Amino acid sequence: MRAGLGAGGLGLGIAMLYMSAFVLIPLASVVAKAVSSGLGKFWDSIDNALAIRALVITMSASLIVAAIGAVMGTLVAWILVRDTFKGKRFVGTLIDLPFALPTIVAGLTLIALYGPNSPVGIDLAFTRGAVIVALLFVTLPFVVRSVQPVLIELDREVEEAAASLGASNTTTFRRIVLPALRPAIFSGAALAFARSIGEFGSLALIAGKVQIASLVIYADIENGSPQAAAALSVMLMLVALVVLFILRTIGARVGH
Amino acid sequence: MAISRRTTLSLRAVALLYLTLLLLLPVAVVFWRTFEHGAGTAWSFMTTPAAISALWLTILLAVIAVPLNTIFGVGAAMVLVRGKTPRAGKAILDALIDLPFVVSPVIVGLALILVYGQGGWFGHAFTSHGIQIIYAVPGMVIATVFVSLPFVVREVAPVLAEVGDEQEQAAATLGASPWQTFWRVTLPSIRWGVAYGVVLTTARALGEIGAVLVVSSNVAGSTLTLPLLIFQRDEQVGGQVTTSVYAAATELAVLSIGVLLLMTMFGSRTKEAR
Amino acid sequence: MRTGPRRLIVLGLLSPAGLAVAVAGCGGSSDAVGGSGGTSNAAATTGSTQLQLVAYSTPKKAYDALTTAFGQSSTGKGVTFGQSFGASGSQSRAVDSGQPADVVAFSTEPDMTRLVKDGIVAGNWDANPEHGIASDSVVVLVVRNGNPKHITGWDDLIKPGVDVITPNPSTSGSARWNILAGYGAQLKEGKTQAQALAYVNTLLTKNVSVQDSSASAALQTFTGGKGDVLLDYESDALSAEKTGEDIQIVYPKQTLLIETPIAVTATSSHASQAQAFLNWQWSAAGQTIWAQQGYRPVLQSVASQFTNKFPTPPQLFTIAYLGGWSKVKDEFFAPQTGSITKIEEAAGVPTAS
Repeated sequence: MRAGLGAGGLGLGIAMLYMSAFVLIPLASVVAKAVSSGLGKFWDSIDNALAIRALVITMSASLIVAAIGAVMGTLVAWILVRDTFKGKRFVGTLIDLPFALPTIVAGLTLIALYGPNSPVGIDLAFTRGAVIVALLFVTLPFVVRSVQPVLIELDREVEEAAASLGASNTTTFRRIVLPALRPAIFSGAALAFARSIGEFGSLALIAGKVQIASLVIYADIENGSPQAAAALSVMLMLVALVVLFILRTIGARVGH
Repeated sequence: MAISRRTTLSLRAVALLYLTLLLLLPVAVVFWRTFEHGAGTAWSFMTTPAAISALWLTILLAVIAVPLNTIFGVGAAMVLVRGKTPRAGKAILDALIDLPFVVSPVIVGLALILVYGQGGWFGHAFTSHGIQIIYAVPGMVIATVFVSLPFVVREVAPVLAEVGDEQEQAAATLGASPWQTFWRVTLPSIRWGVAYGVVLTTARALGEIGAVLVVSSNVAGSTLTLPLLIFQRDEQVGGQVTTSVYAAATELAVLSIGVLLLMTMFGSRTKEAR
Repeated sequence: MRTGPRRLIVLGLLSPAGLAVAVAGCGGSSDAVGGSGGTSNAAATTGSTQLQLVAYSTPKKAYDALTTAFGQSSTGKGVTFGQSFGASGSQSRAVDSGQPADVVAFSTEPDMTRLVKDGIVAGNWDANPEHGIASDSVVVLVVRNGNPKHITGWDDLIKPGVDVITPNPSTSGSARWNILAGYGAQLKEGKTQAQALAYVNTLLTKNVSVQDSSASAALQTFTGGKGDVLLDYESDALSAEKTGEDIQIVYPKQTLLIETPIAVTATSSHASQAQAFLNWQWSAAGQTIWAQQGYRPVLQSVASQFTNKFPTPPQLFTIAYLGGWSKVKDEFFAPQTGSITKIEEAAGVPTAS
């Protein structure tokens, strides 16, 4: 389609205009607010106990979630692709539930089961455990959906060859399957991490005093401290952008 | 790999147990708690004036945001995949589109207050004409558009790339105008990608809370969405408050499961089309 | 075939609409908790006015009753309300940032004077016999039924192992009342200001485990099972007791009188109806409803009828005892420099800056 509909500079211009109006200008205002009282004040807003704790706790929780998610997500993808059992289609649909369910409902469901009125007597409310469980819920589909297509495409011949040469299952998995899956696992886990650091809805009702960055930003907004909120927001966005950048460069190299 | 039956069963058991404990059981408990005091009670909580207007507002926000982002999404996908502009421009657009995926929703709320609120960049421009953006529905619309922006693009672009432009070129050679080509050749070829993207966008729009929480005035009956109602109800106490919270959550969950089923249906068709 | 996905999309979007129609068509009980207490936005009958009420977090039930009764009174016929409830500080800031409001009801005076400074509320808002106060309450200690930890007063709160719940004073008016009550109680016991501040320090850093953004969130946390003692408004505690929560109210010997201000905004386009609502609240009818909802009336004639319901703590003091709000606000709660702000920061709680 030569100079077809929207293919030229006009289309790009309009798309950029839409992006500016809805995304760029708002985000720019946050950056502007963060440094509005000077870079010194910006640094002060970051370099204080609360902000640092919030960032550290948020990122460590997200790392744990990404790690657990990588393992469990791969396992779930495995049984969806390589296993056959009754109800497999139902399970396949279930995986997407965290994408469809509003985050606040996700948080509520976890508190219903693992909170103060738990029918099984497990109370995780207001602890880091609650945060980790909520984030695992919300990020479940990322690794599964990332690994699944790769697993489907995987050429079984190589595994069969290895088996016929006497390799054990563990060896075959470790040296043939896993390396092939690694980029997908990594990208799924990285997405899970990026999603976790900014998560709000599922944590709003259950985190209590655990200092999660998004909740601290919310508290700062409510407190009438927009500059502090903006400064912490900028830090959070920077981390997310770095992760995105890594993902894109790796993705480009692998040739997706 | 010839896996022993025992290993197969163990792997299956661990995976299914994980999914049950993390996904199934919690959702089941919410449904149980909703109807604990009877379907009548639950229904009455879903039909209070505040709950009804919350449901309508939630749907309204989606009804506005989804078409906007769909048109943008298809257009942006065309620009990214079929566009004849320099690679740098496209690369920038491509990178920017990922932003709503990674920006925390509260940051979006903060940003909108900084731009459209009193003392914000454009605040005075709007309030001097009597238009209320923040603490009113327009602000909530903008927030919803932001957070649900990338889904259609990200679903349509790969499909567009895979489908290739031979048919479009053929149509052009046969004398079709660009608009005719788009409407009758391109669009049908990407329809499942569009459908899946629309469903994902809808799900995101329905469930938004972080950004709208910050920009809403939280007035029951006018600026409370269903997620916000849940948030607010959770702050009440009393015998049946838990039921009222869970009733609203169930309502939202039922909506989402409907969307989930559409997701599954369109998702598989998208994969077949690729 | 081409219309296939479009039809499905339309169907998909219609089904929530269908659900909404089904739900709306069945109109349910408007009295249920969480309902808006009789507000109808678009379908207002011609000639009716809708006032926007922006209030702090806890008086929702009271205002549901008040607005309904006012709507049925002679001065309030045809007046409906849009009501917004949230932490006093947050609500005040929201109105300051442009949230529409005709009547504002906050927990503490500084949340009102913030609006006076920006011209949203007139400077003479408290130039009436009631000094702009809608109703009173006191700070109480809420414990589990049976008082398992034997809490009798403020000094019990800083004992090791006692878990205290109180909101965040940056957003919540109730939190400020709570902390000031504890501080003032120490002074009443004869301690020095430095010792009183040390008490607050211990309380906030060692014994308080969670600080929610508002009083109602804190109550929810407590009734949800967390903590041994909740510091709260007497009115909020009475309301929770009435709904069957398994709690007990302990009146400490010394406590602070909570006076919650109310005013009509200068920006209101329905000033006369808004003022009528305030005047009605100060009438015997309005004050009786306040009392029935658990709030101490400011009208003496009504207060004398409810003395059994509202015990008088032996050493009740007011904010004047501590120097008045303008002094207290700067000394304790000024961003970054306030003595209690600094304590909260050290405790790792988000504060205003």
